[in-house]
Amino acid sequence: MSKFNAADYVVPRLKSLPPSGIRKFFDLVANTKGVVSLGVGEPDFVTPWHIREACVHSLEKGYTMYTSNWGMPELRKGVVDYLSEKYHVNYSPENQVIITVGASEAVDLALRAVVNQGDEVIIPDPCYVSYKPCAAMAGGTVVSIPTKAENDFKLTAQQLEDAITTKSKVLVLCYPNNPTGAIMTREELLQIAAVAEKHNLLVISDEIYSELTYSGQHTSFASLPGMQDRTILINGFSKSFAMTGWRVGYAAGHPDIIGAMVKIHQYTILCTPVTAQMAALEALNNGMEQVYHMRDQYNQRRRLLVNRLNAMGLDCFEPKGAFYAFPSIKRTGLDSEEFCQHLLNEELVAVVPGEAFGESGKGHIRISYASSINQIEEALNRMERFVNKRYNNEVKLSAQA
Amino acid sequence: MREKILEMLSCNSRISHEQIAVMLNMNPEDVAREIKAMEDEKIILKYSTLINWEKTKSHTVTALIDVKVTPQRGVGFDEVAERIFRYPEVRSVALMSGSYDLSVKIEGKTMKEVALFVAEKLATVEHVQSTMTHFVLKQYKQAGVVFDDKEEDRRQVITP
Repeated sequence: MSKFNAADYVVPRLKSLPPSGIRKFFDLVANTKGVVSLGVGEPDFVTPWHIREACVHSLEKGYTMYTSNWGMPELRKGVVDYLSEKYHVNYSPENQVIITVGASEAVDLALRAVVNQGDEVIIPDPCYVSYKPCAAMAGGTVVSIPTKAENDFKLTAQQLEDAITTKSKVLVLCYPNNPTGAIMTREELLQIAAVAEKHNLLVISDEIYSELTYSGQHTSFASLPGMQDRTILINGFSKSFAMTGWRVGYAAGHPDIIGAMVKIHQYTILCTPVTAQMAALEALNNGMEQVYHMRDQYNQRRRLLVNRLNAMGLDCFEPKGAFYAFPSIKRTGLDSEEFCQHLLNEELVAVVPGEAFGESGKGHIRISYASSINQIEEALNRMERFVNKRYNNEVKLSAQA
Repeated sequence: MREKILEMLSCNSRISHEQIAVMLNMNPEDVAREIKAMEDEKIILKYSTLINWEKTKSHTVTALIDVKVTPQRGVGFDEVAERIFRYPEVRSVALMSGSYDLSVKIEGKTMKEVALFVAEKLATVEHVQSTMTHFVLKQYKQAGVVFDDKEEDRRQVITP
């Protein structure tokens, strides 16, 4: 009889999947006391009170059952109306929308629904941590396109064209972007759309930060001419309504694709928790004013943060969306992991190394401004002291040489 | 833009002109000029601090007094209000709709002091018909700020 070895039972595909780069740094920060963290990828606002109250009421009224696999009809209707009003893209609540457990589940469902073994999934880099692992778990081959600071971390049509092969099938977009804060304008997206059409790509557009756009209006990729059927539009309640822990997101798209996604969802998840769906419904019905209030606050913090980063010599392009700044730390002579570790040790400030989000994040750090002004200022003061020390050394060294 | 500046000052009266300018994407000179203008126009009256006195050694007693006034020809609410708000013990006076006319907030060192003030000064003001005194026992929230907020940052220290 052979000995039981649990690890042997884990499939190779998972063994070769690297653990989240952010995890390692998390453990480091969690074990340090007195840290000011600007490493958090979620709003510092607690979910607005009326939404929390609606959730409690729903429990009192006995909303404790399964819902439709697709999500509650009222909520789907609300989502469809919202997308139509805000982004001018029209879906049927009957068969074109699915309510998911956060936008993250929608990303996974979308990739699993459309990726065949060996299909190439094109992903601009740096990017949110789950796209590449989800694409790989679905059997796809990840093709990264490095976006660059000099292009404000936007994807260019030329870069996309250059990445195309006969196996290209899916393009994943996320604008406003986590971790860079980049946005793409309608004109820029139109150029991407032309390439997608030319090579018959399916586009998964994760627009979870759509409400947090600080320059002009957000353009949904699905709203571009001819793109609606080609796009799986993903959004959710986490960032805009400060509802991360509730886990409510959604996907909208062609009935054939959404139908396929519902199949996976109904056999694995069954439905998004009804309590969270009730809260999401309240958010859509009565929460927009709070969204705009929070956006105003983020925008003020954003200006403060970017201004001070540039003043201390950490070159930072203007992030026009989400709640992150992504400055270059190259001038300190440190790589981004070193920078983050030393900053944590010396000044007790946590920010996230850019490469946690992909190769081309190297030399950058992600700083979240989803924190109070006091916290941001305290962190910036400490960071400034840290950076100055490095620059002074650099000047001394070059003077000696 | 004035509303935005006022909003920021009402949250933090110590914020610098430079920081307001950065956060609202304005010139510091323009911010300084607007603030000066609003001071001159008495839109901005004073820069104050929100204090939880309960946590200090100085204990004051606060009372809200509902005051009914008998309006008479030639003497409006404004005149009666002025006779009341001239007393330094009176912290605020407002004209109300509903079952009484003036809401008066009084601070004193002891309940007795406040009660005596009401009995001897306030109730005897001409045209004051009646008073009803409510002592404040505990302040939970003021000016939008919860005094002893148990709601803390419960987020993980690093999240993607």
